[in-house]
Amino acid sequence: MMTATVSRWARVRDSFLWYSFKRDKVAIASFIVLLAMVLSAIFAPLLAPTDPYDLALIDIMNSELPPVGMSGADGAFPLGTDAQGRDMLSTILYGTRVSLMIGFGAVILQAALGIMFGLLAGYLGGRVDAILMRIADVQLSFSTLMVAIIVGAVFKASFGSLMFGEIAIYMLIFIIGVAEWPQIARTVRASVLAEKKKEYVDAAKVMGFRTNRIMFRHILPNTLSPIFVIGTVQIANAIISEAALSFLGLGMPETQPSLGSLIKSGFDYIQSGSWWITLLPGLVLVVLVLVINLLGDWLRDVMNPRLYKG
Amino acid sequence: MSASPLVDIRGLEKKFDLSGSLLEQVSFKNGRFQRKQEAVHAINGVNLQVFKGEALCVVGESGCGKSTVARTIMGLLSPTAGEVHYEGKRIDTLEGKALLPYRRKMQMIFQNPYASLNPRMTIQQTLEEPIHFHHPEWSKADVLNKVQEVMQSVGIDPDWGSRFGHEFSGGQRQRIAIARALAVDPEFIVADEPISALDVSIQAQVLNLMMDAQESRNLTYLFITHDLAVVEHFGTRVAVMYLGRVCELAPTKALFASPRHPYTQALLSAIPRLEDGRPNYIRLQGEVPTPVNLPSGCVFHGRCPYANDRCRQEIPELFATDDGGQVACHGVEEGRL
Repeated sequence: MMTATVSRWARVRDSFLWYSFKRDKVAIASFIVLLAMVLSAIFAPLLAPTDPYDLALIDIMNSELPPVGMSGADGAFPLGTDAQGRDMLSTILYGTRVSLMIGFGAVILQAALGIMFGLLAGYLGGRVDAILMRIADVQLSFSTLMVAIIVGAVFKASFGSLMFGEIAIYMLIFIIGVAEWPQIARTVRASVLAEKKKEYVDAAKVMGFRTNRIMFRHILPNTLSPIFVIGTVQIANAIISEAALSFLGLGMPETQPSLGSLIKSGFDYIQSGSWWITLLPGLVLVVLVLVINLLGDWLRDVMNPRLYKG
Repeated sequence: MSASPLVDIRGLEKKFDLSGSLLEQVSFKNGRFQRKQEAVHAINGVNLQVFKGEALCVVGESGCGKSTVARTIMGLLSPTAGEVHYEGKRIDTLEGKALLPYRRKMQMIFQNPYASLNPRMTIQQTLEEPIHFHHPEWSKADVLNKVQEVMQSVGIDPDWGSRFGHEFSGGQRQRIAIARALAVDPEFIVADEPISALDVSIQAQVLNLMMDAQESRNLTYLFITHDLAVVEHFGTRVAVMYLGRVCELAPTKALFASPRHPYTQALLSAIPRLEDGRPNYIRLQGEVPTPVNLPSGCVFHGRCPYANDRCRQEIPELFATDDGGQVACHGVEEGRL
């Protein structure tokens, strides 16, 4: 077992992926920033000065304090406070956590559905392919945001705001995940169509392996590169979708804010001079999406089979 | 050849549909709806028997249906008509679990060693998986032993098991592919042009490996190739195919010494010889007809210098000749040739 892990690490070190990562300064910088953001989001409860979810800690008298360095700032709130007196640094840390959770959760759901349907459509072909891909086409002809708005509004109306607040995070993962699966399904299907004609698949059939085994053990590992690339970009997309929904008031409630709902909550105060309530979470959102997209671009270049085969 | 055959193919036909779904078949022409169905007739009534211990070579030019025959026998394609029997049992209609014992007895070696190994699996995994699958009761050590044994028998160092397919050369990969086929201890191996993608210097190596394996493991081969030199070296019997039909089937020596069918004669005359200075090959007129619209009668009549009216109307069947072979030719039957 020990030798297996050692050789795996050695393989990563010898791989083209690692080699090109070391030479790409943009990729390294993006990765470091993303890693810092993910880690600070994961450890938000330890890092944040206050718990923004705990109403007892909020003092309304502290509301709309500016960030440190401006007149009237309070050293206890380095990035200022929002309209309810919550510490901006804490809410941003917790908000990043919520946004990332929704982003990753939605993409995991998308990937699960997309890989499943893409594999089935590509490998089985015929009628299964036609039906699944027509469903995907129909779904792609609706804008994700439109579907999410309708579903979100219906849920909010039927569950009530309070109940909706509790399940909002799962709702958003579900809505964004289900709305975007065709992207991954189409990519997987295209790769499966190319892979299934290769002789190693015939060899597996001749061995008598069952369809499931051939699909998941033999074909799926060979289609992973494009899934990784699409998956990375989709995380950024999911975070943006969530932010947009939250901005429209259909996403995370203000008591449990994501970056999107933070931007929204500060939007009302931007004219009265409290620009930091909107601008700071907005900046974090932009940086987060930017680094994920930059990493996605790098992955796409590296894993492009026309540039590198293997 | 009185023993019952190991593999018996009867009246095998395979058509590949070209016309697509019903909507694509219907066209509107001259004020009427017409339905047009087209198909490639890849094989049209092939009868072959493979006997235990022999190496039956199937030769023919590109597109004559050699590979389709191989794939149909292995169950990668289902025949449009006809039957495939293994040891007297019909196997082309079996599915799933019922087919598994035959999967173990029949294996296949593919043409392209660069595509026939899963690029994401190590050699060890590639070889272990079939053994594990067919012998779930074996212990880990048993499986490892078996993998080592087959790797050694094809001349691949068992220490290379943790490497991936792309780290090997074409000849090494083909030997690994042979090892994979041997891993489940088959009796019958279909080899679909196993050496045509290899360097000439490696071809002999792989061919000798296959002959050694035949001897030590008592294998039976169905060997698809278009290389006549290989046939002469390797084959016990030879089946010559043209446009989806077997036109001559004979023991290798007899076929090379006295080819009977006009097509076989033309094919063999194309082998470069050292004996005389000028080439005296038989020049066939025209081209192979399209397998979409098969010619009536003998498929070869359009290019055969000896064709008469009967050849244009009646499809010749294989009949036994005095030298132990079988020929499908009206001319030979009538004694005209």
